[in-house]
Amino acid sequence: MPTLSVHQKPATGRFGDFGGRFVPESLVPACDALAAAFHEAWTDPAFRAELDELLEVYAGRPTPLTPARTLSARLGVELLLKREDLAHTGSHKINNVLGQALLARRMGKHRIIAETGAGQHGVAAATAAALLGLECTVYMGERDIERQQLNVLRMTTLGATVVPVTTGSRTLKDATNEAMRAWVADVDGAHFLLGSVGGPHPYPTMVRELQSVIGNEARTQSPYVPDVVVACVGGGSNAAGTFAGFIDTTARLVGIEAAGGAAMTDGSPGVVHGARSMVLQDAEGQVAEAESIAAGLDYPGIGPEHAFLGATGRAEYYAVTDDEVVAAVRRLARAEGIICALESAHAVAWVLREAGGPLLPTGSRVVLTLSGRGDKDMATLGAVA
Amino acid sequence: MTLLVPYLTAGLTEDWIDYLLAVQEAGADAIEVGLPFSDPMLDGATIQQASDRALARGVTVASILQELSLVRGQVRTPLIAFTYANLVFRPGPDVFCRRLAEAGFRGLIVPDLPLDEVAEVSRAAEQAEIELTLLVAPVTTDERLAEIVARSRGYVYAISRMGTTGEQTSLAASAAALAARIKAVTTLPVLVGFGVTGPEQAVAAGRAGDGVAIGSALMRRVLDGATAADLGAEVAALRAALDSASQEDSAERRTPYAEVSGHRG
Ligand SMILES: Cc1ncc(COP(=O)(O)O)c(C=O)c1O
Repeated sequence: MPTLSVHQKPATGRFGDFGGRFVPESLVPACDALAAAFHEAWTDPAFRAELDELLEVYAGRPTPLTPARTLSARLGVELLLKREDLAHTGSHKINNVLGQALLARRMGKHRIIAETGAGQHGVAAATAAALLGLECTVYMGERDIERQQLNVLRMTTLGATVVPVTTGSRTLKDATNEAMRAWVADVDGAHFLLGSVGGPHPYPTMVRELQSVIGNEARTQSPYVPDVVVACVGGGSNAAGTFAGFIDTTARLVGIEAAGGAAMTDGSPGVVHGARSMVLQDAEGQVAEAESIAAGLDYPGIGPEHAFLGATGRAEYYAVTDDEVVAAVRRLARAEGIICALESAHAVAWVLREAGGPLLPTGSRVVLTLSGRGDKDMATLGAVA
Repeated sequence: MTLLVPYLTAGLTEDWIDYLLAVQEAGADAIEVGLPFSDPMLDGATIQQASDRALARGVTVASILQELSLVRGQVRTPLIAFTYANLVFRPGPDVFCRRLAEAGFRGLIVPDLPLDEVAEVSRAAEQAEIELTLLVAPVTTDERLAEIVARSRGYVYAISRMGTTGEQTSLAASAAALAARIKAVTTLPVLVGFGVTGPEQAVAAGRAGDGVAIGSALMRRVLDGATAADLGAEVAALRAALDSASQEDSAERRTPYAEVSGHRG
């Protein structure tokens, strides 16, 4: 499997049969301009140096790779946790937004538009906007606003405008539609700061590259090439960034979806939000509503590169249930003193479930990306018996 | 004469076919039939609401096409399906286009299928004798515009403004500029649409292009309770406004689908 580098991708952003750019004509020039600007910035040492510095002195990178000693002993596997929960704003989302906000500024944009589910991407976008002096509008489903109050307050404190989205399932899918509509209406002034590896080209490639810092660090920090690399998958950005560091190794790449939003497990090829990928949908192509306790994974699609990695067999995708996830948050907290996000707990739950079984034999060496911290989920957890 | 192409969300009400026929009788030159999609990314609040309501009623593409087949004999106006890419790709472009043709459709517009992704659907449409109309935006470069126009069939659709569909208080200045750029390179009729609201804007849009597409402004009326007869009257008023303006201008107009609506040419 070759390394998937931005420099080798065709202009249309294909990953095998997946990807592409299924956007209204009104957005095509903006996508072209963004692809060109990103390519130029990503190959410019000055841009890379500025981003690397921000990641270090502002976001707190590198994040540690923490051995989960108690769980490892009990499960009979060697478990290393890549601690994105310790990055500024509390999740891996900061890696992507700092890169895109710098890019937006370089492109002369004065404003960013973002969609958010759990609110982690919205908080990260609002943070980067505050840092770089950009205006920020975040679209968020009404239902997510209700269950992620803390993050709504964080965003408004940072000076962002949070716009409730009341259509459809009132979650991330609908917030993404609304953000794209807002972008069409202000394509010259605004940069659409997409939070994951979905969307039209160049987003899936650009966001993966910006998140590859997770995998690249973990690879250097890990004393060995692990047998398994595992991360949770909503749109798939923390997983894509993690996988990028190990794609050319023998490590198995494992993505864990929410059982109620498992596009890889239960979906079929479809075109949503600008790309062809795997999608939860009915027989005619109406997109289904996902249902997960983790707002950040409550999404019926997945980034097109994951669809490709799954189709070629380079990566494996499994699903875990809400109950397993809640139990995993609690067990990790008690065993290691780390309260992770409900999203991240999907990866933990899979390890807890499979350790010692055929998918994760005893003695396996595992690098697990803990994508975020759980403060935002305390109210949700408190409401679960 | 200026072409009038009203849009109607299929399945919005149980008696939506009556609305379709009323719009036909009121003097539509073609009718855009919106096949509702769960995620209408390029539609504003009105058509989102119309799509949501139709889907909540339980309509499907299959049920819509079935209903249309039943009234085929009564439909003389060319029908153009307006829908999103996923509904085309899910059954496959060949199957989808064949089904459209069997239900009596003449054309297809897919707003999230830009030039770069259009090849497969273009081929399928041609095979099924469905005219795939492509869209041009105010930001489209001249080079791209020429290629889009060359691949477009039936009409060329000029997106009047940078934004979604949805009622507007005035016609964007970009509409006339874009229509003129398109007319300079094609003999196909140019339809101006997206947000055109009321007779005055319709006349202005008609002057800019060869015809006007009107959707949200009509669907707003239906969502607010207009009957089929009310909608017919609304379309008749648009028709009258366009016709009297055309008489004043007596400008040369180009006509699509010549064998069907050539009487207007
Ligand atoms: C902590 C955390 N992890 C994971 C995700 C899912 O996103 P992705 O799959 O793009 O990493 C989110 C999204 O909100 C999140 O907040």
